[in-house]
Amino acid sequence: MTQALSRSDKQPSGQLFHNNEFMNDLRLQMLKFAILQVRNEALAEDAVQDAMLSAYQNIDRFNRQAALKTWVFAILKNKLIDILRKEKRYTNASILEEGASLNDEALIDHLFTENGHWQKDERPQKWDEPVHSVESKHFWRIFDTCLEALPAKYSRLFMMREFLELDTNEICDNEEVTVSNLNTTLFRARLRLRECLEDNWFQGENNT
Amino acid sequence: MMKCTQATQLLSEKLDRPLSNKEKMNLGIHTAMCPACRQFGKQMLSLRDISQRYVKQSDREEKDGNA
Repeated sequence: MTQALSRSDKQPSGQLFHNNEFMNDLRLQMLKFAILQVRNEALAEDAVQDAMLSAYQNIDRFNRQAALKTWVFAILKNKLIDILRKEKRYTNASILEEGASLNDEALIDHLFTENGHWQKDERPQKWDEPVHSVESKHFWRIFDTCLEALPAKYSRLFMMREFLELDTNEICDNEEVTVSNLNTTLFRARLRLRECLEDNWFQGENNT
Repeated sequence: MMKCTQATQLLSEKLDRPLSNKEKMNLGIHTAMCPACRQFGKQMLSLRDISQRYVKQSDREEKDGNA
């Protein structure tokens, strides 16, 4: 016990490093992002491990959480791209995304009437308070599936915003998209996620 | 009046940028009269909330190795 304590005292002295909660949250955010990007838990773990390790090694350079996070994310992103390149999946991504805008048109036609109002059957339903219904493994499995069903670019931008909580400029710089392009993509990602959750979880729950 | 297609986009963008006063006003008028878009707005907030839980929750279950 005392040994463990004194060992942790010897760790680098950056204040951030001692903020276990922040570092743990950061690791988890990155891990979720990585797993959904490379779709392979072991490879994702390794990439996050490496990125976090270099964060620990360079911790003294950062005095703001945001700066550290940006930096870890940049390292992680390069590692993920390497993984995807090795598996020749990265080049395919852009081809897959070509089809996405067509599907968006189809979804919007499906949800809305010609004059831009909700189709009667598609009007958003009240979702149960996430408190109990959402805290179940089954729900998270559906959420996973819905995220994976998004076009790669959509889920990447969505996760950068909602999981990593990166700000708009940061995402735009990283991904080389314009602000309005980002906002539109996030809208479409949310529209699809919402539809997927409503069809597969919330509605099913109400109907049974 | 604003269409639901436009209102839903603004309800999403509201999470990403501050809306202009004009946008806020038009959106306010629309949602006051459109329960479906009101519901959609709540769902957008839920999605954010769910995402934050997702990131924290699932690893607590999967890997609590150092408890």
